[in-house]
Amino acid sequence: MRNLNATRFTAMAALCTGVVLAATLVLAQQPAGYRAPRTPDGRPNLNGIWQAINTAHWDLEPHSPSPSPVLELGAAGAVPGGLGVVEGGVIPYRPEALAKRNENRAGRLKLDPEVKCYLPGVPRATYMPFPFQIIQSQKHIMLIHEFAGAVRTIYMTDQVEAPADSWMGWSNGRWDGESLVVDTKGFNDLSWFDRAGNFHSDALHVVERFTARSADTLNYEATIEDPKTFTKPWKISMPLYRRVEPNAQIMEFRCVEFAEELLYGHLKKQPK
Amino acid sequence: MRLLGAVAFVTAASVAAAAQSPSYRAPRTPDGQPDLQGFWSNATYTPLERPDNVTKAFYTPEEAQAAEKRAAAAENAQTEPGTVADVHYDFTQFGLDRSQAARARNLRTSLIVDPPNGKLPPVTAEGKRILAARAQAAKLLGGRWDSAQSNQLDDRCLIMAGAGPPMMDAAYNSNYHIVQAPGYVMILTEMIHDARIIPLDGRPQPSENVRQWMGVSRGRWDADTLVIETTNFNGKNPLRGSTEHMKVTERLRRVADDVIEYKFTVDDPRMWASAWSAEAVMKKTIGPIFEHACHEGNYGLYNTLVGARLEEKKK
Amino acid sequence: MNRRTLVSIGLLTLAVAVILSATPAAQAPAASPKAGAAAKAYTPPKTPDGQPDLQGFWTNSTYVPLERPNNVTKEFYTPEEALAAEKRAAEREATQTEPGTTADVHYDFTQFGLDRSQATISRNLRTSLVIDPPDGRIPPVNATGQKRAAEVAAARKTRGGQYDSVHNMPIGSRCIIMGGAGPPMMNAGYNANYQIVQGPGYVMILTEMIHDARIIPLDGRPAPPAGARQWTGISRGRWEGNTLVVETTNFNGKNPFRGASENMKVTERFTRVSDDVLDYKFTVEDPATWDRSWTAEAPLAKTQGPIFEFACHETNYGVANILAGAREDERRAAEAAVKKGSN
Repeated sequence: MRNLNATRFTAMAALCTGVVLAATLVLAQQPAGYRAPRTPDGRPNLNGIWQAINTAHWDLEPHSPSPSPVLELGAAGAVPGGLGVVEGGVIPYRPEALAKRNENRAGRLKLDPEVKCYLPGVPRATYMPFPFQIIQSQKHIMLIHEFAGAVRTIYMTDQVEAPADSWMGWSNGRWDGESLVVDTKGFNDLSWFDRAGNFHSDALHVVERFTARSADTLNYEATIEDPKTFTKPWKISMPLYRRVEPNAQIMEFRCVEFAEELLYGHLKKQPK
Repeated sequence: MRLLGAVAFVTAASVAAAAQSPSYRAPRTPDGQPDLQGFWSNATYTPLERPDNVTKAFYTPEEAQAAEKRAAAAENAQTEPGTVADVHYDFTQFGLDRSQAARARNLRTSLIVDPPNGKLPPVTAEGKRILAARAQAAKLLGGRWDSAQSNQLDDRCLIMAGAGPPMMDAAYNSNYHIVQAPGYVMILTEMIHDARIIPLDGRPQPSENVRQWMGVSRGRWDADTLVIETTNFNGKNPLRGSTEHMKVTERLRRVADDVIEYKFTVDDPRMWASAWSAEAVMKKTIGPIFEHACHEGNYGLYNTLVGARLEEKKK
Repeated sequence: MNRRTLVSIGLLTLAVAVILSATPAAQAPAASPKAGAAAKAYTPPKTPDGQPDLQGFWTNSTYVPLERPNNVTKEFYTPEEALAAEKRAAEREATQTEPGTTADVHYDFTQFGLDRSQATISRNLRTSLVIDPPDGRIPPVNATGQKRAAEVAAARKTRGGQYDSVHNMPIGSRCIIMGGAGPPMMNAGYNANYQIVQGPGYVMILTEMIHDARIIPLDGRPAPPAGARQWTGISRGRWEGNTLVVETTNFNGKNPFRGASENMKVTERFTRVSDDVLDYKFTVEDPATWDRSWTAEAPLAKTQGPIFEFACHETNYGVANILAGAREDERRAAEAAVKKGSN
């Protein structure tokens, strides 16, 4: 009995030391000491279906509620207020870029790529009001988004530079302790960050960190760098929540057909 | 896999199992699944149905090579400069024709193995009524260029005709990326970035009210074979006339480091008197797969409609 | 408690007997300012998580005006004067319902029990709710405030008459928010009822009118970012002894309190001074409107629950009927003009 207690004590002490060490090593944003369950190959297991629950998809910056731009949608299309997800509250635009953001915002219905069912880009795909699934293998980590069926392949081993510009960019990843760090470049200049017209150029460079913070939540951070558009790099952060309902799955949202009348309706053959 | 002259042909494993190195055992993923991961192509010149003038199930290697040469020539013929067909793409120039990419070769004269004649089973009376009703509905949509909605699905970037399941050769970019994680197999189709996420946890199918273009898939491992059953199709992208009640059972088995044997059975009693089965191969190819943003730069559809409206004005 | 408080408590204690005997429905006398021996000893009950317990149903219904009437010079009425003032006010409130008058069209306040005199009243000997400045009146609006008020008035003129469109109607009639929803929480004219519920880390104050629930976090979180603005602002609370202190900023400026700007800051102080009285003080600061802050006291009296659903917008026939009526009036006027022209 005495021996058992002694062993227990030693184990406890070791555990505590481990926890303290881990706590001092991890990022400030991460709840101290949380260690994700491991995949069979020993990596933090981020597999799952995840979704943001916030208003970042409406506007990354702090914002008040505002009316729907579509009269018929009334309250159903109105914008809920939000405290914002940008560190420091304000995106550091260059003056001419800020003017363009404001134009985007004013002309959102005509200009927002989401309305047209275009691939949402990064990091926007992560916090749209749709789930995405992480399929984590050793070589490739797939992020499969419900919106527009957008796909990101994160190359963990066979890394190359982006072969060409694209909507979702070219993602190379690495493990940094508890965090999956994803470095994405090779963007075109066509996607937006939110429905408020926040945007970027083709010089966009996004570094994301996915870190488990509990069994069913992740911390998500993205540092955004684009010297053509911003005066300095800036950062967003938010939790992501696991979709825990039984048999949750990514549904098809093949939205092209929902945008066609809007995009091509004026080119319809007119009845004589 | 055997080397036959200049071209490597894969015989379907069920037919030539002896030649397939029966002792082959697929590597395992860290969580113990047979490892199907990597980049694969099902590009082939082998037709789904056996040509009318062919009566045997397998070509000789020489015959297969000749058939492939004929098919490749036919594919390239459409790009003769100055012809209407040439307007779309120059298939050879941009490497879009099958002959320039990895191919999953096969000695079969048809992908269909059952019925044994290599042809689709007869269409039922109900199936004929359904097909007639569809043709009627298509007429009501007007001409192909009357509106975006009356154009074909792939030109609208909605889905490729062969996206499946079952996964059919896509004519070009017939490439797939398989990634596995505990409890899941993901198959990314290059064309229109369609990702199939197949759960392996034995969950039930959803309500029949839930219908999708690619149906809803449930998978399981049957020894080294991945068995995927798919139902709940929305019926808007019929496979050779199939209805939304189609059930597709696919079987994927890695039979060599660079070959996955791909069998599928289609069961749709409303359309066909019997179920039918086919065998194809997926051949290892090189990655990565680049983003196939189709809708985002779909100038073709826009310009075609503009052109059609201008034509009308001229008249 | 300050000296003024001590004095008024004494007055109030004297008033209680008078008021209780004068009104059939015995109600809690207002606690404003009290520090009689009994009140001083009062220790509020505690919630299970140790907060002073403010829970229950409360009303701030009162006939005491925010500002001291022009003809009154003292801070407190005698109990007799207070009763007389209340009686006059109640009569005024009821007169609007004289049958056949225009005022009668809206509601019969007495018939449906909507007038203050029929419900719990939070009584008070004060001649005004404003206690600072000591003259009981809100400080004069400064030049910035006057300029803004003129701009608002000019902008309103360009939008046309009150019944030209729903957007021109008062926000209370549109069921968006009541004029006095605050913060600060002002007497609502009728249904001036509140329910306070406390949970660990939070105080929730439900306002009956338009079911506005204020959820006040007590965890010391930082002030909200300037870009996020709300009709009722964003509140942060803390306990100072037995007093709940709530600071509110980030107003959207669309329901200006006495002409204040969106940068108004309101500091409220709730102290339970007896089982059935919550002392409620608030200070308003807005340099864009007033050169100095001002403070008022408006105690809340315990009342009965429950509070029923106040679904206002859902059956707001008033707006549709008023607009339809205005359009009908215009149609008739146009017709009459045509007739006149053709004659």
